[in-house]
Amino acid sequence: MRPFAYSRPTDANSAVQALSAAASANSPVADAAIQALAGGTTLLDLMKLDVMRPSALVDINPLSDVWSAVNLDGGNLKLGALARMSDVAAHADIQKNYPVVADALKLAASPQIRNMASLGGNVLQRTRCTYFRDVSYENCNKRNPGSGCAAMDGFNRTHAVLGTSGQCIATYPGDFAQALIALNATVEIIGKSSARTVSFAELHRAPGNSPQIETTLMPGELISSFSIQGRWPRSTYFKVRDRQSYEFALSSAAIALEVQDGTIRDARIALGGVATVPWRARKAEGLLKGEKFDDALASQVAEAAFEDAVGSKHNAFKIALGKRVVARALHQAAAMEI
Amino acid sequence: MTDPEDRALTWSFNRRAFIGGAAGTVALPLVAKAAGDANTAAVAADLSLPVDVTLQINGATRPLNIDIRTTLLDALREHAGLTGSKKGCDHGQCGACTVMVDGRRVLSCLTLALTVQDQPITTIEGLSQGDQLHPMQQAFIDQDAFQCGYCTPGQIISAIACVKEGHATTDGDIREFMSGNICRCAAYPNIVAAVKQAAPAVSDEQKG
Ligand SMILES: Cc1cc2nc3c(=O)[nH]c(=O)nc-3n(C[C@H](O)[C@H](O)[C@H](O)COP(=O)(O)OP(=O)(O)OC[C@H]3O[C@@H](n4cnc5c(N)ncnc54)[C@H](O)[C@@H]3O)c2cc1C
Ligand code: SF4
Ligand code: FES
Ligand code: FES
Repeated sequence: MRPFAYSRPTDANSAVQALSAAASANSPVADAAIQALAGGTTLLDLMKLDVMRPSALVDINPLSDVWSAVNLDGGNLKLGALARMSDVAAHADIQKNYPVVADALKLAASPQIRNMASLGGNVLQRTRCTYFRDVSYENCNKRNPGSGCAAMDGFNRTHAVLGTSGQCIATYPGDFAQALIALNATVEIIGKSSARTVSFAELHRAPGNSPQIETTLMPGELISSFSIQGRWPRSTYFKVRDRQSYEFALSSAAIALEVQDGTIRDARIALGGVATVPWRARKAEGLLKGEKFDDALASQVAEAAFEDAVGSKHNAFKIALGKRVVARALHQAAAMEI
Repeated sequence: MTDPEDRALTWSFNRRAFIGGAAGTVALPLVAKAAGDANTAAVAADLSLPVDVTLQINGATRPLNIDIRTTLLDALREHAGLTGSKKGCDHGQCGACTVMVDGRRVLSCLTLALTVQDQPITTIEGLSQGDQLHPMQQAFIDQDAFQCGYCTPGQIISAIACVKEGHATTDGDIREFMSGNICRCAAYPNIVAAVKQAAPAVSDEQKG
């Protein structure tokens, strides 16, 4: 790990000031010389690997007093960016009204990591692509723009089948983001001079020709909270992995349904473990609206969700697996007793 | 082998180059010393100098002078002389380094020591009362819940937290909520038995 300067501001304004000090408007936030430190479970890991090399850390944990609030007033949900994964997963009202949120958090990482990790840091976690994490590989377009991609001809069993580009096929590894994108969440962001709200679907950027730019956050900006409109009691998160726990998804699905008298009024599907960014399967969702749920429909929806999938040498199995995950998760959600 | 004098030269060169570079890019009024001191403005400091960090470990106040990059795990093991907490992976993947900070189980390998200065830290060394083992420690012995023992300090701390969090009600629940602690010797069935044995006593301790 390289040495860094450290500060621990106690209010949001000082934090964004500190974070913007050396911000150049065009540099992607993931490479910014000054990084916010929340739980540190992504940042310190990658600093030890020399993948992230910030020269300064701004410890935002003192903002937890204000930024870890969970609010369910008025039938909506607001989650502070510094709320810890474990606390939100264990929140009885969230388990009841937003099971997809509670489940996605509970099925991630380990109890220790969930005690440390914040929601804001969680959505910004970096890919687990082994070539990205190992700096002895020169060619990684994400870490070293223009250098090529070691995973394309390498071992790519865990890589993405959706949203890939000729530059990068790295999987977005997180679980919680699938719940957020499925429920049309918004993200509240504060910067040096202003605050803004964006749709969660606009936070992450597919790799395209610049895989090193992963989000639309600018250096100096902080996520302060996430908001979800309405309640989603009929929702679930289903995750398949190489081992039963403490492992990233090979394939997962976040599902939310609104059913009235047996007819599906609204449906949301997001896919994890298979795409380069949090992935909303909009076309597949569309097939459910106005219909009655049955096996045939579930299979049709699952096919549609992976219609555009492209496998690499070792990960084509994810397409077959992913379809089954979607069908199974739909069954799970449809069968829920509300 | 590089001649020591050469090495010294290279080192001082790199160090100077780095500090120069850092001063150029980081226009931040930050100084290592400002650690506990919110919003403190100060002149650019030499980042390679150690900082003063005071930790509250097992009820004792431990002032340490450490590199700013020191993790809580290294602070415990290399500076406070508490080698009970183990380094398995140093990357959050095994749980051997699990300690309690402010009553919550966390990974000390992914925690910077200087960020937990005001919070009480409990390690495996802080569990027994004199010669009287903690009920969870005793249960691990009674149930033969380890072979090499390397994962055991982390398992025991995690097991106590698992019970206190209310996740020791069924075998399945224990397995899920102990999954953050990998055991290379695969003593898992015995670990589940140990957690079950100690659970009533740990719950009582929490209530009482
Ligand atoms: C072994 C292991 C297994 C894991 N398994 C899973 C899993 O199965 N599923 C899963 O979803 N995750 C998993 N994770 C990832 C883990 O959940 C993330 O590392 C964690 O959520 C990151 O949160 P943090 O608060 O620790 O972030 P940090 O490491 O503190 O920060 C991460 C990044 O986000 C930035 N940041 C943090 N907060 C903010 C904010 N409010 N505004 C702007 N920028 C911010 C930081 O500057 C940094 O660049 C695993 C991690 C490990 C080590
Ligand atoms: S898949 Fe992306 S992150 Fe992995 S080596 Fe290729 S460019 Fe790098
Ligand atoms: S040493 Fe900390 S998790 Fe392995
Ligand atoms: S007893 Fe050997 S690793 Fe667990």
